[in-house]
Amino acid sequence: MSTLQIDFGHAKPRIVGIDLGTTNSLVAVMDLTGPRILSGIVPSVVSVTSSGEVIAGSEAREMLITHPERTVYSVKRLMGRGMADVQDELKLFPFRIAENSESVLKLQLGDKVMTPPEISAHVLRKLKEDAEDVLGAPVTQAVITVPAYFNDAQRQATKDAGRIAGLDVLRLVNEPTAAALAYGLDKRKEGIVAVYDLGGGTFDISILRLHDGIFEVLATSGDTHLGGDDIDNLLLQIALEDIQSEWGENVSDNAGLVQLLRRAVIQAKEALSFAPSAWIDLEYGPRKYQREIDVQLFNRLIEPIVERTLGPCRSCIKDAGVTVEQLNEVVMVGGLTRIPLVRSAVERLFRKRPHTELNPDEVVALGAAVQAGILGGEVADKLLLDVTPLSLGIETMGGLMSKLIHRNSTIPASATELFTTAVDGQTNVLIHVLQGERELVKDCRSLARFDLKEIEPMIAGMARIQVRFLIDANGILNVTAKDLRSGKEQSMDVKPSYGLTDDQVEAMILESYDKAEEDFKERQVREARVEADAILGATDKAREDDAYQALSEEDRAAIDRAMNELRLAYHSDDHLLIRNQIEKLNQATMSLAEAIMNEAVGKALKGTNINA
Amino acid sequence: MKFYDALGLEPKLALDSDDVKKRFYDRSRQWHPDRFSRASSEEKQRSEEMTAVLNDAFRALRDPVTRAEYFLRESGLELSKDAPPELLEEVFDLNMALEELRGGDESARPQLAAAQERFTGMLGDADASLAEYFTNYDEKPDRAVLDEIHATLNRRRYVSNLVREVEKELNVHSAN
Repeated sequence: MSTLQIDFGHAKPRIVGIDLGTTNSLVAVMDLTGPRILSGIVPSVVSVTSSGEVIAGSEAREMLITHPERTVYSVKRLMGRGMADVQDELKLFPFRIAENSESVLKLQLGDKVMTPPEISAHVLRKLKEDAEDVLGAPVTQAVITVPAYFNDAQRQATKDAGRIAGLDVLRLVNEPTAAALAYGLDKRKEGIVAVYDLGGGTFDISILRLHDGIFEVLATSGDTHLGGDDIDNLLLQIALEDIQSEWGENVSDNAGLVQLLRRAVIQAKEALSFAPSAWIDLEYGPRKYQREIDVQLFNRLIEPIVERTLGPCRSCIKDAGVTVEQLNEVVMVGGLTRIPLVRSAVERLFRKRPHTELNPDEVVALGAAVQAGILGGEVADKLLLDVTPLSLGIETMGGLMSKLIHRNSTIPASATELFTTAVDGQTNVLIHVLQGERELVKDCRSLARFDLKEIEPMIAGMARIQVRFLIDANGILNVTAKDLRSGKEQSMDVKPSYGLTDDQVEAMILESYDKAEEDFKERQVREARVEADAILGATDKAREDDAYQALSEEDRAAIDRAMNELRLAYHSDDHLLIRNQIEKLNQATMSLAEAIMNEAVGKALKGTNINA
Repeated sequence: MKFYDALGLEPKLALDSDDVKKRFYDRSRQWHPDRFSRASSEEKQRSEEMTAVLNDAFRALRDPVTRAEYFLRESGLELSKDAPPELLEEVFDLNMALEELRGGDESARPQLAAAQERFTGMLGDADASLAEYFTNYDEKPDRAVLDEIHATLNRRRYVSNLVREVEKELNVHSAN
């Protein structure tokens, strides 16, 4: 009956590291002994209950089958994307896009309409609460990981999600880089390491140079739409076709059944990493569907997906300016790297056996915690130097993109451009900022349009406006402009091409503002009461035991007194007081607990004798 | 020059690449925004600005060619995109051969391969003479040497584009 003493006097607030994954999410923290996962895996699934409450995690995952129309998964695929980007996803995923989704997608969940950052915020809030429960203190600051190949809008959307969840996102870290940190590869003083990260929905490859605690990313490449989801969809397609011919019925519109089947398919997929064959096993009411998938068929199915990862690997090696022979280590991250075919393809390409010692599902969160430790000052000997995955440029005459910051530049990175007017009396200059590697504007991704306004009317070409583009350590663009003639800051309007404006995010924070501190207190009280219920119940029961009667009068009175005091404290809203009284009751019942324990052990031993 | 200042270096053309790298790592350790996450917003911004310039500086100065390009730009000399006159005839022949190969004429391949080798050799020669000019200029900053460097860089850039072009075509067509 003894409870864990919780240290409430932690001097500095803890920064947590969060892996916000396509399929699953995790939260970790840096301890004296190293990074530690704080609670179990939280499925990145969000659902709206019949009473209109939004839930996230395992509970929401159950709702995928019972209430698919109010539940959403793999929303990471929609982060920072516009309507035109997601047409392919819509064919494969049951996303219900709400009306008037233009630059920001909106999803319909029951009668609620939410943007991807708001949905992700619910997953983050769940992780935040889990972390608070374990740490026993409010959590307000976090490092969140993103795929290395995420563009500006996708990163911004992730940061927005953090803000909406009441988290100050101190840093976005690239997932493969975080994994390298977790592997503690810096024990090797010098060396070149490749990180191959194939997860639920994204693929990244990064090549790093390690130098005395510095993790310098040399190059990164990837595909933000490639991962386990794609394999699930392939298997699902097979199963749906089977069912159609077996049952003589197209069930693909039955969302609940499809989700049940999807779950069966995922189980089979996971089993195939370890077994030569596995069954897709579905029971839907009285109807059954079973199909065996062997490794040969599975490999044939996924080969194109594995093949698609190898191109980015080759170009990444080239961009890093290294040869395969120079690579010292290869690290595997993400659930799909458990698949033997993936491992052998990677081994063949890099010509070395990849590291698989750490749990590929946890390694990114652990790395995020190390980065949190770096920011918090607890980890002083490590430093991450990451790069921007995509070139940044502006639109110039004839629809061409002029690059200002090249991909694989170490961040923060900056560029300065001088702008002027083209006609007499012009008062506005429009700058269109893009990201991508192609030459034509239409093949690049539009980031935002900056309108330099209120320029003093003068002769064409006289204005001198200096615009500074800075990609910060999160990989997010910041733009500032200065009028060189007046030396004053140039005013401008920013219209992001995708995603939320600052005002929209602010509004969402206000709307969903869970007053973090108060909420946390409330939960602490609730939990203390649950514990109080447990110990009061246990003590009541123990009083009926012979051992209670055997106690001294004094001991019995002490127990009664402690129980009464706890009952009094129970209804206060001070969780510390409740916990204090729980502890007192614990103390008072110590000898009783011992007596009962001895009795039980005695009985158990006797039992052993009889059997023997 | 801003980039040299960022790394605490004298503006010299010849640099020891290990020293440049060491300076970059040492300064990153001190200035990086990760070291200022609990600092005031002014300090944060300063760290970000300084690190951005440091990163830009390292990118430009670690490689002799980009370093010389930066040095020239700061000295008011822009690189040209035109073909160096002494190469005109050769480039003309090369373009013909490239066209033939694109058209499926495999007989152009040996000529291209030979040209590729010759141009790669030119790059090596250019790098060697650049190294020599660098030392000369650092010892005695003479405008004439700077002009030589300028001409060498122009030629080098042009040749290096040619090599890339030829390599691309040879690879594309060997796949078929």
